[in-house]
Amino acid sequence: MTILHTVNLKKSFGDTHAVDNVNFTVGTNEVVALVGSNGAGKTSLVNVITGMFPPDSGTIHFQGQDVTHYTTTERVRAGIARSFQLVNLFDKLSAYENVALAVFARDRKTHRMLSPADGDSAVRDETNELLRQFALHDKAVTLAGGLAQGERKLLDVAVAYALRPRVLFLDEPTSGVSTRDKAQIMDTVSAVVRGGKISAVIIEHDMDVVFRYSDRIVMMHEGRVLADGKPEDIRNNEQVAMILIGGKFTH
Amino acid sequence: MGTLIIQVLNSLLYASALFLIAAGLSLIYGVMRIVNLAHGTMYAVGAYVAAWAVGAAAGRIPVLGLYALIPLGAIVVAALGMVLEPLLLRPLYKRTEEYVLLATFGLLMVIDDGIRFVWGGTPLSASVLWEHMGGIQIFGLRYPIYNLMVFLVGVLAAFLLWLLVYRTHFGLLLRATSQNMRMASALGLNVKRVYVQAFGIGCFMAGLGGAIVVPSQAAVLGMGVDALVLAFVVVVIGGLGSLEGAFVGALIVSFVRTLGITFFPEIELAVLYLIAAVVLLIRPTGLFGKAS
Amino acid sequence: MRTAFHFQGVPVSWRSLGITLVVAALLLAVPTVLNPYQTILISYGLVMAIAALGFNLLLGYTGLTSFGHSAYFGVGAYTVAFLVKYLGVTSMELYIIVGFVVSAVISAVFGFLCVRYTLVFFSILTLALSQVLWSLAFKFFWVTGGTDGIRVPRPSLLAGTFQFTGSGAFLRFVNSYYYYLLVVFAVCVGVMWLIVHSPFGKALQAIRDNATRAEFIAVRVWHYRYAAFLISGVFTGLAGVLWVPLNGLTTPDVFYWPFSGEIVFMTVLGGFRNFTGPIVGAMIFNYLKTYAVATTEYWQFLLGAVLIALVMVLPAGIVGTAMQLLARLRKEA
Repeated sequence: MTILHTVNLKKSFGDTHAVDNVNFTVGTNEVVALVGSNGAGKTSLVNVITGMFPPDSGTIHFQGQDVTHYTTTERVRAGIARSFQLVNLFDKLSAYENVALAVFARDRKTHRMLSPADGDSAVRDETNELLRQFALHDKAVTLAGGLAQGERKLLDVAVAYALRPRVLFLDEPTSGVSTRDKAQIMDTVSAVVRGGKISAVIIEHDMDVVFRYSDRIVMMHEGRVLADGKPEDIRNNEQVAMILIGGKFTH
Repeated sequence: MGTLIIQVLNSLLYASALFLIAAGLSLIYGVMRIVNLAHGTMYAVGAYVAAWAVGAAAGRIPVLGLYALIPLGAIVVAALGMVLEPLLLRPLYKRTEEYVLLATFGLLMVIDDGIRFVWGGTPLSASVLWEHMGGIQIFGLRYPIYNLMVFLVGVLAAFLLWLLVYRTHFGLLLRATSQNMRMASALGLNVKRVYVQAFGIGCFMAGLGGAIVVPSQAAVLGMGVDALVLAFVVVVIGGLGSLEGAFVGALIVSFVRTLGITFFPEIELAVLYLIAAVVLLIRPTGLFGKAS
Repeated sequence: MRTAFHFQGVPVSWRSLGITLVVAALLLAVPTVLNPYQTILISYGLVMAIAALGFNLLLGYTGLTSFGHSAYFGVGAYTVAFLVKYLGVTSMELYIIVGFVVSAVISAVFGFLCVRYTLVFFSILTLALSQVLWSLAFKFFWVTGGTDGIRVPRPSLLAGTFQFTGSGAFLRFVNSYYYYLLVVFAVCVGVMWLIVHSPFGKALQAIRDNATRAEFIAVRVWHYRYAAFLISGVFTGLAGVLWVPLNGLTTPDVFYWPFSGEIVFMTVLGGFRNFTGPIVGAMIFNYLKTYAVATTEYWQFLLGAVLIALVMVLPAGIVGTAMQLLARLRKEA
């Protein structure tokens, strides 16, 4: 069952066709890895789908609705959320407050001016639960700006996940962290996504991560979708391997 | 009819000064992504220094020599700027934006009162220069030649600035830094030096604006903040970071201001704001502006 | 830090409670312990504290630096002046209600123009708008009394219950008005405390830290900034209303940009990243100003120089620095 699909999506920046006639689909409860070399258009595709830029042409459909011209807020409310490659947090607020804010926003409680935020026990409980799921509960009061890089990446995902989206876009969730942290981050994220029964699209460069955690792999190159299939199929795809790693996939 | 023509011509003088201030503001913003709230007070310092120099030397050297003192206002301001930027502003770039705003606002207060400290409360003028050039007859009314000269200076300055930014090596450095500071720095460009120089040039222009205006209009207290506010309107209309915008904006603002002073003296400032507001509503980045 | 009790889920420590009670006791004792002149001085401090609290909702919590808050203060002040001059109103409550409404209207209009922009554009636009009001007050002198201003006699308090005429009126007014102010001040502090600790307040801080991400969690940035601007303008307008009976006279100076500068200064002095910073800054500033103005003619120069020094060297302000020191001492203990 397809939950999100794009039809002939196009976006150019000057002469660069960042997204060139892309037909991208995401199924329910599916984890899709979006791969490709730098400049292939992965982030641009995610940017267009999540509402950062409008497409030049083409449409985006989510749960049967045409969301192409929705604002960012409308997309979030419809169920599309994203995390960021360059960690994008509220640095002067604590880890707890970052996640709580997403919960408040989701529940449309952010207009409340005359009651203390900490007084909402429903939000408090949910926030603490989320922090536990993302292994951040012991850092709850630390300011986001003061967390370690791996923790910041997890928090970035947690904030997006707190919006309880149907599709969660993760832009390089393991970039910039050590190999050991990578596994920990992906294990946590994967457990949460699978446990929450939501779909996820993960932009990722590390092919080990891709093969281990995804149900489906979509490879982009120069703005176009070059390959789309199960990990085993992609692994045997020599063209993909040549572009991505200049040889064949091992093991 | 004749009065109207004269008024329009009068506004050319003011347009030149406004252009210089606004272009300086735009240049600094374009390269450094900051706005110096004391920029208008730099204009005021330029005016006061020029007026003082002319007043001090008048009678001692021939009048033609006095004209040479006018750029002194601009030079002093440029020097001031090149001392202040590394001292006051550079430590603040790595902090969030409000710190630069707060610091330059403090600077505005310091320089504004500093002017009063140095030169007192009475207006200073250099009208001897303005009178010296005499006037010509237009439509039966006398129009000062000095005003026309200033407009020519303004056009010349615009041309020279354009040359500097688009045709010189230094201009290339300026544009590279403004477009991508990190990249420029990674390529070995001495960004600190470019910043100081850009700031210096921007201040020079503000000071020059004040200096050329002062023979026609006396230097008075409070002219700095008024100039800042007007330059801001120019930049809003023309677009921050755009040279052509500063030129066109200055003409529009000056023209409207002159009309306003003639016909609606009380609400002149409000009329300008109305125009700025309308422009902002239609084209938020100004007529020629780049989205920041 | 031990918790004394929970207020709607928010833990209140013994330390905060203790400090608040001590301060409250001190403030209540003022008219009894200090002479009328000093009582008036502290009254001014309370008024400016309300203005600074309003201002800091924008700076400290939303990340918007306004250099034109004199506009709302002046609007509040002139509302009172016009009510007196043209309608002969003497009730303080009417001043407050009408002043509230008028400030809200002006904030709504100015906010609409300013909030579409951030950073520098926002800041200069706020300055420019306050200058427009100043020039109007100055030039339409037949309406506003020009530089002579409009005199405002002592108002009646609590719907006419307390009037201040006859012998001993001055002293009675000073003390009564002080308590009146204290109550309003306490209400303002309470309301602002609730606002900044509410989900709305957290949303503002998120916008301050990362407006892009805020949009991506469905917080529509423009709306929140506008709401903050409105609240900020109304608080400062209220301060303007409360200021007039103390001053007795409303002149265009109340719109002039250095006055905005004073509000900015006192907030930075106290510390704009803390809730109590603006309050402390306003009270201390009031004393500083009285003594400095008596000492030097170049008061604005001093203000600017100290502001620069604060920004460069002590950006956390008095309260912020004190809290940093306390935290460090506790860590070492």
